[in-house]
Amino acid sequence: MATLDSKIPKGPLAEKWTQHKSNINLVSPANKRLIDIIVVGTGLAGASASATLAELGYNVKSFCFQDSPRRAHSIAAQGGINAAKNYQGDGDSTHRLFYDTIKGGDYRSREANVYRLAEVSTNIIDQCVAQGVPFARDYGGLLDNRSFGGVLVSRTFYAKGQTGQQLLLGAYSAMNRQIGRGKIKMYNRHEMMDLVVIDGKARGIIARNLVTGEIERHAAHAVVIASGGYGNVFFLSTNAMGSNVSAAWKIHKKGAHFANPCFTQIHPTCIPVSGEHQSKLTLMSESLRNDGRIWVPKKIEDVKAIREGKLKPTQIAEEDRDYYLERRYPAFGNLVPRDVASRAAKERCDAGYGVNATGEAVYLDFSSAIIRYGKEQAHVKGMDENDAALVKKLGQEVVRSKYGNLFQMYEKIVDQNPYETPMMIYPAVHYTMGGVWVDYNLMTSIPGCYAIGEANFSDHGANRLGASALMQGLADGYFVLPYTIGDYLADDIRTGRIDTEHPEFEKAEAGVKAQLEAFINAKGKQPVDYYHRQLGKIMWNQCGMSRNEKGLKQAIKDIHDLREDFYKNVNVPGGTNEFNEELAKAGRVADFLELGELFAKDALERTESCGGHFREESQTPEGEALRDDKNFTYVAAWEYKGDPSKAQLHKEVLKYEEIEIKTRSYK
Amino acid sequence: MKLTLKVWRQANRTAKGKMETYQIDEVSPDMSFLEMMDMLNQQLMSQGIEPVAFDHDCREGICGMCSMFINGEAHGPDRLVTTCQLHMRKFKDGDTITIEPFRANAFPVIRDLVVDRTAFDRIQHAGGFISVNTSGNTQDANAIPINKTDADHAFDAATCIGCGACVATCKNASAMLFVSAKVSQYALLPQGKVEATERVVNMVKQMDEEGFGNCTNTGACEVECPKGISLENIARMNREYLSASLKG
Repeated sequence: MATLDSKIPKGPLAEKWTQHKSNINLVSPANKRLIDIIVVGTGLAGASASATLAELGYNVKSFCFQDSPRRAHSIAAQGGINAAKNYQGDGDSTHRLFYDTIKGGDYRSREANVYRLAEVSTNIIDQCVAQGVPFARDYGGLLDNRSFGGVLVSRTFYAKGQTGQQLLLGAYSAMNRQIGRGKIKMYNRHEMMDLVVIDGKARGIIARNLVTGEIERHAAHAVVIASGGYGNVFFLSTNAMGSNVSAAWKIHKKGAHFANPCFTQIHPTCIPVSGEHQSKLTLMSESLRNDGRIWVPKKIEDVKAIREGKLKPTQIAEEDRDYYLERRYPAFGNLVPRDVASRAAKERCDAGYGVNATGEAVYLDFSSAIIRYGKEQAHVKGMDENDAALVKKLGQEVVRSKYGNLFQMYEKIVDQNPYETPMMIYPAVHYTMGGVWVDYNLMTSIPGCYAIGEANFSDHGANRLGASALMQGLADGYFVLPYTIGDYLADDIRTGRIDTEHPEFEKAEAGVKAQLEAFINAKGKQPVDYYHRQLGKIMWNQCGMSRNEKGLKQAIKDIHDLREDFYKNVNVPGGTNEFNEELAKAGRVADFLELGELFAKDALERTESCGGHFREESQTPEGEALRDDKNFTYVAAWEYKGDPSKAQLHKEVLKYEEIEIKTRSYK
Repeated sequence: MKLTLKVWRQANRTAKGKMETYQIDEVSPDMSFLEMMDMLNQQLMSQGIEPVAFDHDCREGICGMCSMFINGEAHGPDRLVTTCQLHMRKFKDGDTITIEPFRANAFPVIRDLVVDRTAFDRIQHAGGFISVNTSGNTQDANAIPINKTDADHAFDAATCIGCGACVATCKNASAMLFVSAKVSQYALLPQGKVEATERVVNMVKQMDEEGFGNCTNTGACEVECPKGISLENIARMNREYLSASLKG
């Protein structure tokens, strides 16, 4: 297990996937009926994989902790999905999408995987339209596009601010068809508690029925982890409350390497933290940066007056506003990639220009767009373009049709009307590029165990571009895994049914039960949330938008101590054999407390800055991230050795055949 | 602010439930309703009382998991929001708030405020899909232009989050708004027309088998729907159903 074989097929980059598909082993339809596959998670990746595998003829068992697969957190993705369709004729191509993604990821993703992603992207749109996904259309009835950060073309398909919802409901409908046919057996309100490995191969899972508390054994010939990212290690994030790392972490502890855990995306446009009671943060889609301009006041006295409530942002004259992204990055302006935009916001707020009481907010202003659209509409309708009130009204209507639900969300949370006054936003944890290490076939370092979607690490490097998570989830689930898993399962057609009475199932189940009992029996003083909040504070302060050696070393120690305290002093009420949300949370937080330490260790090891990982020791004189390609052009894959502090580093050196590694510039 | 909470407590599906009264203090108007519930639970646990079980996940109004009946209204007094988007600024200091689960025969209580809404999933299994394989080998996405108005209406119907507020609000516990939203989405798109007849028949049949009540056109569901799903969808489904019956 010591060497990492990424199994990248030979041949020219553009032909690798086609050739690979032609060369891999297949399983006959008759044999597929004899093979069981477990899929954990029903977001875009898990739902699309479950549906497709079932369609191919495998017996699929799908698991989700929510009450329905339709509620997985992909549902909350807002802005859109990228595809190199070039419907706009603006120079897009597979190669350009591939290149943008590699560059956006700051040259830390695997070239062959990214190319494949760009290649299958166009299929996704065709597929989704055929499934009845109601994408936005123009008056000619054709599909509309918009722009996202880090690119110079319009390749993002969208359904208002609810693209994730529509795509997930599409994948869910494909699942429903297979559930109705009996090819998928759905286990909702179930949580994966452990992976069962027999003779070195993934052979099943231990799951807990969250309604009854019953511990169940489920056998399969392959296990697919599609459980999403681990942003909730920060406690406050844009993830759902239940989003967790547990499935990915359990397989890590059973032998799957965990790659680049420190690569986390801090999204620039989220609603700022309002107080100690806060349980989660809400994203305002990146699509808003198509029309919103980001600024803070130029004068510190204006900042002061705003904070004291003596001045309104709308009263600040144009020349007294600092549109700092347009100033610093004229080529991309407000549409720089997320990591760049987040750091720039932090820089202004750290310098004292933050515009709310906590000093941690900047403005996202739609007034220019409202006037621009309003004039356009007035012109089209033959009305008076100089009537300011009319122009504003018409412009607001256009903005409402594009982003209505986002504006409504903002108003409900903040109690301010963003059509009249600029939004206040601040960066927040959103997505994790790091994840379970997989080879080109999406198989982890445990044979028969796969990881897809956000749960794996391969496509986004050190920073993900907007509207690419939906693309990757569906690409993995619909178009990649269903092919590559056959290559492995072709050798498994004679295995027959897997026996859940095997000693490995017994052992895994006993371990799960012992841990659950230990939580209940700790009978300490502090609730689970206390530990989660504490962990979140350590992570945000030491492993957030800016990291340094001293802070990371402190974080490693603090997380270790917090973990020890957790096991001694946690208070979990109720019992194991009942619906017990605190108990479920305890298990998830226990895993975050281990992952957090590995996260800090990985960040400490990587002394360069790249993408979302900013080491203060490694920056240019202008404060931009400074990569160290000579020493760090590799994937850091960590092997579990009994404790996060003992994790062993394996390096997968990244080789770029097709593109030249350059300094990433958006100026 | 200080509040009195009357909360439905029920240990499991078969146990008898009852309302319990709790006092809570120092609630901030900027808190979301669920953050207030988090605060209540921390307080209860510190007193050795088991926390109130409630469903929630995304906390941004899109997953459809949260489901409380607050002061006699699904998702509480605000309009076009889910419980997680409801903020405490909608209440006053000293208020008494009654919190119950979504009630319907087809939604049995699992615990406290958590109900089983899998009946909705089963209705979708019966026909909530277009029978196209996910191979990606379909025609180009722009091969069939779709009239923008139809596409927009299909989208509006498709924004249903499946929370069940319509059922909880309806005096007959009818699921017509939910089912009609799905039927409408597909009925409005050329891709969905191929199977339209079987779809509406199968989904309505499953809806009836799940024990949902009949629609008597009171329109309460539309008022309480957090996504503003229109009653027009029910009319459209009735048309689809009628024409399917005539064909069948």
